[in-house]
Amino acid sequence: MFYWLLSVVRRQKTSRRWQNWPSVRSSSTAAEVHSVALPAQAQVVICGGGIMGTSVAYHLSKMGWKDIVLLEQGRLAAGSTRFCAGILSTARHLSIEQKMADYSNKLYHQLEQETGIQIGYTKTGSIFLAQTQDRLISLKRINSRLNVIGIPSEIISPKKVAELHPLLNVHDLVGAMHVPEDAVVSSADVTLALASAASQNGVQIYDQTSVLHVMVKKGQVTGVETDKGQIECQYFVNCAGQWAYELGLSNEEPVSIPLHACEHFYLLTRPLETPLQSNTPTIVDADGRIYIRNWQGGILSGGFEKNPKPIFTEGKNQLEIQNLQEDWDHFEPLLSSLLRRMPELETLEIVKLVNCPETFTPDMRCIMGESPVVQGYFVLAGMNSAGLSFGGGAGKYLAEWMVHGYPSENVWELDLKRFGALQSSRTFLRHRVMEVMPLLYDLKVPRWDFQTGRQLRTSPLYDRLDAQGARWMEKHGFERPKYFVPPDKDLLALEQSKTFYKPDWFDIVESEVKCCKEAVCVIDMSSFTKFEITSTGDQALEFLQYLFSNDIDVPVGHIVHTGMLNEGGGYENDCSIARLNKRSFFMISPTDQQVHCWAWLKKHMPVDSNLLLEDVTWKYTALNLIGPRAVDVLSELSYTPMTADHFPSLFCKEMSVGYANGIRVMSMTHTGEPGFMLYIPIEYALHVYNEVMSVGQKYGIRNAGYYALRSLRIEKFFAFWGQDLNTLTTPLECGRESRVKLEKGMDFIGRDALLQQKQHGVYKRFIMFILDDHDTDLDLWPWWGEPIYRNGQYVGKTTSSAYGYTLERHVCLGFVHNFSEDTREEQVVTPDFINRGEYEIDIAGQRFQAKAKLYPVASLFTHKRRKDDVELSDLHGK
Amino acid sequence: MPAPTQLFFPLIRNCELSRIYGTACYCHHKHLCCSPSYVPQSRLRYAPHLAYATFCRPKENWWQYTQGRRYASTPQKFYLTPPQVNSILKANEYSFKVPEFDGKNVSSILGFDSNQLPANAPIEDRRSAATCLQTRGMLLGVFDGHAGCACSQAVSERLFYYIAVSLLPHETLLEIENAVESGRALLPILQWHKHPNDYFSKEASKLYFNSLRTYWQELIDLNTGESADIDVKEALINAFKRLDNDISLEAQVGDPNSFLNYLVLRVAFSGATACVAHVDGVDLHVANTGDSRAMLGVQEEDGSWSAVTLSNDHNAQNEKELERLKLEHPKNEAKSVVKQDRLLGLLMPFRAFGDVKFKWSIDLQKRVIESGPDQLNDNEYTKFIPPNYYTPPYLTAEPEVTYHRLRPQDKFLVLATDGLWETMHRQDVVRIVGEYLTGMHHQQPIAVGGYKVTLGQMHGLLTERRAKMSSVFEDQNAATHLIRHAVGNNEFGAVDHERLSKMLSLPEELARMYRDDITIIVVQFNSHVVGAYQNQE
Repeated sequence: MFYWLLSVVRRQKTSRRWQNWPSVRSSSTAAEVHSVALPAQAQVVICGGGIMGTSVAYHLSKMGWKDIVLLEQGRLAAGSTRFCAGILSTARHLSIEQKMADYSNKLYHQLEQETGIQIGYTKTGSIFLAQTQDRLISLKRINSRLNVIGIPSEIISPKKVAELHPLLNVHDLVGAMHVPEDAVVSSADVTLALASAASQNGVQIYDQTSVLHVMVKKGQVTGVETDKGQIECQYFVNCAGQWAYELGLSNEEPVSIPLHACEHFYLLTRPLETPLQSNTPTIVDADGRIYIRNWQGGILSGGFEKNPKPIFTEGKNQLEIQNLQEDWDHFEPLLSSLLRRMPELETLEIVKLVNCPETFTPDMRCIMGESPVVQGYFVLAGMNSAGLSFGGGAGKYLAEWMVHGYPSENVWELDLKRFGALQSSRTFLRHRVMEVMPLLYDLKVPRWDFQTGRQLRTSPLYDRLDAQGARWMEKHGFERPKYFVPPDKDLLALEQSKTFYKPDWFDIVESEVKCCKEAVCVIDMSSFTKFEITSTGDQALEFLQYLFSNDIDVPVGHIVHTGMLNEGGGYENDCSIARLNKRSFFMISPTDQQVHCWAWLKKHMPVDSNLLLEDVTWKYTALNLIGPRAVDVLSELSYTPMTADHFPSLFCKEMSVGYANGIRVMSMTHTGEPGFMLYIPIEYALHVYNEVMSVGQKYGIRNAGYYALRSLRIEKFFAFWGQDLNTLTTPLECGRESRVKLEKGMDFIGRDALLQQKQHGVYKRFIMFILDDHDTDLDLWPWWGEPIYRNGQYVGKTTSSAYGYTLERHVCLGFVHNFSEDTREEQVVTPDFINRGEYEIDIAGQRFQAKAKLYPVASLFTHKRRKDDVELSDLHGK
Repeated sequence: MPAPTQLFFPLIRNCELSRIYGTACYCHHKHLCCSPSYVPQSRLRYAPHLAYATFCRPKENWWQYTQGRRYASTPQKFYLTPPQVNSILKANEYSFKVPEFDGKNVSSILGFDSNQLPANAPIEDRRSAATCLQTRGMLLGVFDGHAGCACSQAVSERLFYYIAVSLLPHETLLEIENAVESGRALLPILQWHKHPNDYFSKEASKLYFNSLRTYWQELIDLNTGESADIDVKEALINAFKRLDNDISLEAQVGDPNSFLNYLVLRVAFSGATACVAHVDGVDLHVANTGDSRAMLGVQEEDGSWSAVTLSNDHNAQNEKELERLKLEHPKNEAKSVVKQDRLLGLLMPFRAFGDVKFKWSIDLQKRVIESGPDQLNDNEYTKFIPPNYYTPPYLTAEPEVTYHRLRPQDKFLVLATDGLWETMHRQDVVRIVGEYLTGMHHQQPIAVGGYKVTLGQMHGLLTERRAKMSSVFEDQNAATHLIRHAVGNNEFGAVDHERLSKMLSLPEELARMYRDDITIIVVQFNSHVVGAYQNQE
C-alpha cells in the first residue's frame, strides 16, 4: 500500500487522551500522504509538516507553483503545532505582525468551507486585561493601530469585562482591550486542511522522511539529501520549527537560523459544572503572565513565566518532545495568577499540565526570508509562540517572496538577514531566549534594550567610554553609547526607568545636543557597516553605477549619498559612498545592513570580474566630531586648515591626526550639523580619541551618544534606513529627487520604476510633523507607528520620532497617503495635498495637533550665533 | 514571648553594662578567664539562654513597666531586614566544588561549603582547606583561637604544610630540599581553597618557611633508607607536635625584626585548638586538639539521619582527659589541675597550640617577658602566672587521631568550632545539613497521574512546597544554612527571623555574651566514588 490515508483518528492513537479536540472526530478527506518512493526532482522542497510548512505549500500552490514536495520527519501536524493552545490573536505590537494575524484569521475562517475539513474555528474574541495604567497605555497604542488597519477593537472598562466573561475577578483592573474578531481554532486541523488543499493543488507530501542536509553548489541550492534518498531542487524551504537551527547547521555551508526552544506549560481542566460556552472570550492577563481560553467546557490556561526553562541547547534528544515532563512547581506562579483572576476555578478538576516546547528568537520576532549565503534556501520559523496566529500570513509572504522576489509588505523586521552569524551561538541563544520569553508578557516600553547576550562586538574605545559614564544600547550585536551620565548624576534603576512619558535621561541628552550645536561632541559610531569595493579597471565604477541611483562617477575625494534600490525603486539600502581613488570606493551603510547589503552586492556582482569586495567594518573605528568647533579641533590636530574653503562639505581625504597617519576624514556627520567623521584604523583608535579629547578640551568637547544624534537628525528631517526607509519606499517619496540621477547616462536598478513614478506622481510622501500642543513633561511621548490623521481621516503612520531640543517640540517623521474617500484606493499625493491639511498624531488614543513639513526647518541650518546672544556661561568648560 | 525580649536591647544599652554582667552574664573570655572571681559555673556556657530567661520571665508588671518606658523614651530598635541579615550571614561564605572532569576524577569529595560568623571583634576563629598536590588527599580544618587571634592565624597558615611535609615520601622531600638549595623552582605542595577574607601574614612568611625547612631537613636526616609506608596517623601527630614546638621555639629565640619579634610572642602567648580532617579516597583521618568537633552525617536506609562523632572534646566533660591530666601530674595536684572545669581554673580546652603560659617553666616565662618588647611587659595578662603552677607543662598540642573508613551511607562531614556545638545538638546539626543537601536535589516532582485533583488543592500543595523550598534556597551554602539555624532557631527548631535579626544586630561588645565565634566546614562526599572503592575490594 503506497498511499496512506491520513485520518485524524489515527493520530489519536498516540495515546494522548487530552487531545480530544472537538473537531478531530471528523475523519473526512485529508491530504494524501505518500510514504515511499520520493521523486527524483522537484522545484521546491519544503521541510516540515507543521503549520508553517503546509501554509507555505498551500500558498505556493495557489500562486501557481505546482512542482512542490513537502517532507515531514514524523507525521503531519506534529511538533509544536500539535501542542498549540489554538488561540488566534491579532493584537500584536508590530503592524506587520498584525497584518499577518489578520490574514490568518480570514484564511482560517473560510478554510473549512474551502477544504471541507473541520478545523474547529470559533470566533470568541479576546480580552487583554490591564492591571496598571502603563499596561493600559500599551493596549491603547495597539488598539489605535489595530483600528486603522481595519481590525475592530476597543478599550473597555472593567465593568464591561465582567459582562463579557462570567468568571473574571475584575477588581484590580484599570481597563482592558476587547478584540471581538479573534478566534480559537485547532492548529493541527488547520495544518491538515492546508495540507489537503495543497495536495489537491498538486503538492506531494511525504511523512516519516527526514531531511539530512541540503546540497549546495556555488552558493545555490541544488537538492536535499533525505533518509529515503535525494531530491534535486531549486528551492529549499526550512520550516522545521525548533529543528530549524540544527538543520541550518547541518549544511556544508551552514545557514544560521537563530532560534532556541523553551519549555512552555499550559493547563487543561475538566468542564465546569455549567460548562463554559464555546464562544467564551479568550483572556490575556499579561500582568499576571497568563492566558485563558475555554476548552471543552473547561479551561486551557498557560503563560510566559519570568524564569523560563530553555531546552535542547545541545541539539540532542530533540525528538523527545513527546515525553517532556510536567513541572508543577514551575507552574505554581502561573496557577496562583490564574486562581487570583478566576477564584471560582478552585474546585475545577485538573486533566493535565501540558509541556510543549516553543521556539523563540533573539528579538521576539519571527524569522523569514532567504539565506544570505545560500541562494534558494528559504526559512520560515521561530514563531515565539504565535505560530497559529502568523501561520497563514507568514506562509503567504514567504510564498510571494519566492514567486515574485519580494513580498507585498515590508518584512525587514522579520528578515533572516537582520541577524549576523555571530548572533547564533548556542550560549547566546540560550541566554537570550531566557530574556525573550518573559518579554512576551512584559510591558514593552520605548527604547527597551536587551540585557543578555551583550558586549559581543565592541569598539576599542568601549572601556574608555564606559568609564566616562556611557550607557549602552546594542545594534546587530554591536555596543553603541546612548548617552553619558555625568559623574554627579544618578539615573533610575532599570525597572523604574520604564516609561511611556518623559524619560529620566532627558536633561542629559539635552546638554549633549546643546554641545553639538554650540561646541563640539564626539560620538563613537564604529558600528556602521563599512565595505570597500575595488577593481583593476572600471568594473567597480560600472558595478556601483548600476546598483546605485545617484551618480557615482564623481571626482576622487568626493562623497555621494545614494540609495541602493530594488526593481521597484525601493530602498534596499541607503548609504554614503566615498571615492577613494579612480578604482576604489568606500561604502558606509547602517549597522544592521552588514548581512543584507553584503548579500545584495554578492547577488548582483558579475561572476568572474576583477571586483574585490571587502567588509572592513572591523578594521576601522569611526568617530563623529559634531559641532561648529570640530573644525578647530581637527585643524589643531593636523596642522591643516579645515575650513569650508579648504575642506568642502561631503569631501573625503586621508590625513594624519595627532601622530597617526592614514585617517580617513570625511566632512559629514549624518546629522546635518557641521563636523567630520574620522575613520581610524583600529590600532590608532585610542590615540586619536585621546588626542581629540585633550585638544578639544579648550573648545568644550564632550562625549555624546546615539540619542543626541537621533534627536539632531530627526529635527533636521534626516531619514534612516530600517526605521523610516524600507524596500517599499522610493527616493521620490521622501523628497530625495536630488539623490537620483535618472539621466546619468546608464541604467541602474529601479530606474524604470522611478521614471514611472516621476511621471505619475507618488502615492505616499515622507513628512515631518512638529507637535504643537504636546506637553513634553506631562503628555505621552510619541515612539513610532502612531497613526497620522489628516482632516480627521487616517492617512498613514509615523516611522520615528524624537524631541527636538532646538525647536523645543516633538518631531515625528512618517508617511502620508491619500486614500480616496469612497473607494479607499490610494491616490497621488501632491505637495498641495500635504499643505492643505490639518494633521493630528494619535498617541495611545489621544490626538495631538501637528504641523506638517515637506522640507526641513530652514532656521536650523544657520549656524551663526548673534553677538548679543553670547553670555558668560558660554565661557564655562563643558 | 517575643515582645519583651525586643525591649531588652535598648534597655541594656542605657544601663550600666557592668551591672548586667554581674548578675546575668559571664565574662568575655570563655576559654581563658583572667579574673577568677567572675568565673561562673561551666554550665553558664549557655548564659545567653539564662539571660533571656531572666529578662523574659519577669512578671507582667515588669514588662508593662518597660513597655511604658518604650513609649516614653525614643525607641531604639535596630532591626535588620532579611536582606541585611543575609548579607551578614553570607559575608564569609565560601564554596569549593571539586572539578567534575579533571580526567581522573577519583576524589571521594564532591566539594565543601564553609562559613564563619564572628562574635569577637576581630574574629578569633580560623579555617583552612587545601588539596595536597604531592600526595593524594585533601585537608580541611577549623581553628578556634583564644586570647587573641595570633595563634589561630599562625596555625591556620602553617599546620597543613607541616602535615603535608610529614606525608611526603623521602624522594620528594629530597627533591624539594635540592631545589631550595640550588635556587630552582619549588614543587608546589598545597593548593589552597580560600575565601578572600582568609589571609596569610606576609611578614612572617620567611620565618615560617625556615622553620618548615628545618623540619623537613630533619625528616630527611632521620630517614633510614627503608621506604616504609607513611602512616597518616603518625604524620598528623608529628605535624601537630612539631608545629607547636616551633611556635614555642620561635618565641624563645625571638627575631631581630621588632615587628616579627612581637608577632611570634603574641602567637606563643595566645592559643588555638585545631580540628583537622584528612580525606584520601575512603580513608578519613580526623586529628583533634581541643574542643572543636568533627561529625559525620550518615543517612540510614530509611532516609533518616544520624550523627557519628569522629573526635573527642578535650575538656572537663571528657573523663579520659581528666584522667590523663591527673596521671601526668603529681597526686597532690589532683585537685588544683582542673578547677571549675577549667585547666588550672583558667583554660577550658585541655589541649591547645600556643598558650606557653601553660607549657613553659616560670623561669622561662619571666625571662622571655623581661627581654621581650615593652608591649608585652605592659600586658597584665602575659605577666600573670597561673595559680598552682608546679609541674609544667600542663598543656599539649598532641592531637587525638581517629580513623574512619568511608561508606556509601556517609554523606558528609561537619567540622565546626564549639561556637556551633554549644548552641545545637549534634543530631540536629546532622539532620539540618542532611535535609539541606538532599532537599536541593530530591524534591519529588508532583504528577497528577490518574487522580482527581482540583486546581485549589494543587495550588495549596504547591504553595506549601514552595515555602519549604524557599527557606532552603535562601542559602546556597550548607554552612550558612547551619549558622542561620544555630543563631536563629526558636524553641521549635525553626528559624525565627526576628530572633535571627536581633542576634545579629547585637553591638560588638555584647555579641560575645550571647554567642561564640562560629566556624563551619561541611564536606560532601561522593557516594558513587566511595561505593566504587568498596566494590573494588
